[in-house]
Amino acid sequence: MPGILVVAETSEGAVAPISFELLGAARQLSAQGGGSVSAVVAGGEAEAKALIAHGADSVYTADAALAGQSADASLAAVEAALQGSGADIVLIGTTSFGRDLGPALAFRQKTGIAMDCTELKFDGGRLRATRGCYGGNARAEHTWKAPLQIATVKPKSFDAPEADAGRSGSVSATGAAGESKVKVLGVSKAESAGIRLEDAQVVVSGGRGLGDENGFRALEELASVLPQAAVGASRAACDLGWYPPAAQVGLTGKVVSPNLYIAVAISGASQHMAGMAGSKNIVAINKDPDANMVKAAKFAIVDDYKKVVPALIEEIKKLG
Amino acid sequence: MNIIVCVKQIPDPETPAASFKVDEAAKKVIPAQGIAPVVNPFDPQATEAALRLRDAAGEGKITVISLGPDSARDAIKHALAMGADEGVLLNDAAFEGIDNFQTAVALTKAIQKIGEYDLVLMGRSAADWDMGVVPAGVGQLLGIPVVTVAKGIEKNGAALKVERVLDDGFQTVETPLPAVVSVSNEFGEPRYPQLRQIMLAAKKTVQVWSAADIGMASDELGAGGRWLPLDALYVPKVESNVEIIEGDSPEEKARNLAQKLRAAKLI
Repeated sequence: MPGILVVAETSEGAVAPISFELLGAARQLSAQGGGSVSAVVAGGEAEAKALIAHGADSVYTADAALAGQSADASLAAVEAALQGSGADIVLIGTTSFGRDLGPALAFRQKTGIAMDCTELKFDGGRLRATRGCYGGNARAEHTWKAPLQIATVKPKSFDAPEADAGRSGSVSATGAAGESKVKVLGVSKAESAGIRLEDAQVVVSGGRGLGDENGFRALEELASVLPQAAVGASRAACDLGWYPPAAQVGLTGKVVSPNLYIAVAISGASQHMAGMAGSKNIVAINKDPDANMVKAAKFAIVDDYKKVVPALIEEIKKLG
Repeated sequence: MNIIVCVKQIPDPETPAASFKVDEAAKKVIPAQGIAPVVNPFDPQATEAALRLRDAAGEGKITVISLGPDSARDAIKHALAMGADEGVLLNDAAFEGIDNFQTAVALTKAIQKIGEYDLVLMGRSAADWDMGVVPAGVGQLLGIPVVTVAKGIEKNGAALKVERVLDDGFQTVETPLPAVVSVSNEFGEPRYPQLRQIMLAAKKTVQVWSAADIGMASDELGAGGRWLPLDALYVPKVESNVEIIEGDSPEEKARNLAQKLRAAKLI
């Protein structure tokens, strides 16, 4: 019987939020006629219970130790759940684990995979997936040639269903043993000296339009009067040596989604937009009213940043 | 140490959004006028990784493969100018419109035709479609391990030690060889080809192989052979809701912006 299989993940001993989002997506597809929802997780009763409460009709459990290994060690467990459930749709999170597991699973199953999907629809008995491409400049819609349809889902694209402790579902252990030729020797968390760009609530970024590296001194000062703020830079500014490459925001740099993104003298090429399009609120300060960044912004000032930024710093100080 | 590096030529991701156009009927990007395609920004790092490994080993050959139109020769030339030894261009009208699964099959067949390799390197994804599935595909099809998103690679006896970038940190793994490793921008700046090397690269061999040369049947190719059919490609309509902050002077604009941000509880 067709259905949807969610590949759940754990993080620090509990089911990771992305897994509940996947269940949210799966329940939507199920409501559109996609069949029942099952989940597979490297974990035990507690994880299975949480998954059922969030929308799984059945859960396949596998050795919890798989969670710390290379993703391909989990292939056997996922394939056992796939066979057990008879699912024809597999949803995986676009995470470090999912980016590795998904494509490997797809090639083994001789079917396609759509990565980083933001919309999913069950249409005429088949899955239709929408994803961004060309740095967010374009959107693509995909279907699958083979019966099995695999997609990874971009985090924060679907709402997690409310937990309902009264939901019931079946739990079975897959017993599948997995091993990877790639051995994990160690893991370290990212260093947290100062506020990490990825964690900052406010990011103040500068681009080529600053004119020289001194422009970044003004941006640093602006960041210093804002809470939880960090300074970023476009690739063009980093390539010119105006700011360290570690601060680069964009396709080939950091991906940030702060509450407030202040883009100063950045035109908004897809290279940069790909790294910050998820920001909740964008402010653009740019001389060019037609700049892409101005169009993408909530608020924009069309003027010379050299005059605007110092004044903005003073005004923010006055507001306290 | 024999290394194969796969590179791709893509539309320049620095193309201004206003110049980005899609032919919705053909489901293709229309090349922006006057903006030349570039090497995928992650690929020079893969070439750099190959050069460092070859230099550390003191021997070996680096072969660069690219699948694409005639212009993709430039992506190969770039890697050759950085110091790679030979190039192979997979070029055939039948490759037009193929997806990354067909690409992985074609690259795998080309790698098998090259024959001797200890390591296959590529960028962590191509910045155009940004799927990142080709490394996994080539690894699965060749039946060798895959390590993705590398920021550091070193030979460790017969194995390879790789430092990887995770969503929330870093991971160190060890893989036997041969293996496929995809390289991320965190690997560090690739070397910039010098004029002398660019001239030397012009003398290096670039073979051109057709689909038939690598034993791919026509029914596996073209848009019709896609594993993941493309049903639609379009530029999303972004309705601009921007509020331009007015004012008689830059200072007044700044004051009005600060007040708007405070009212919206953003500062």
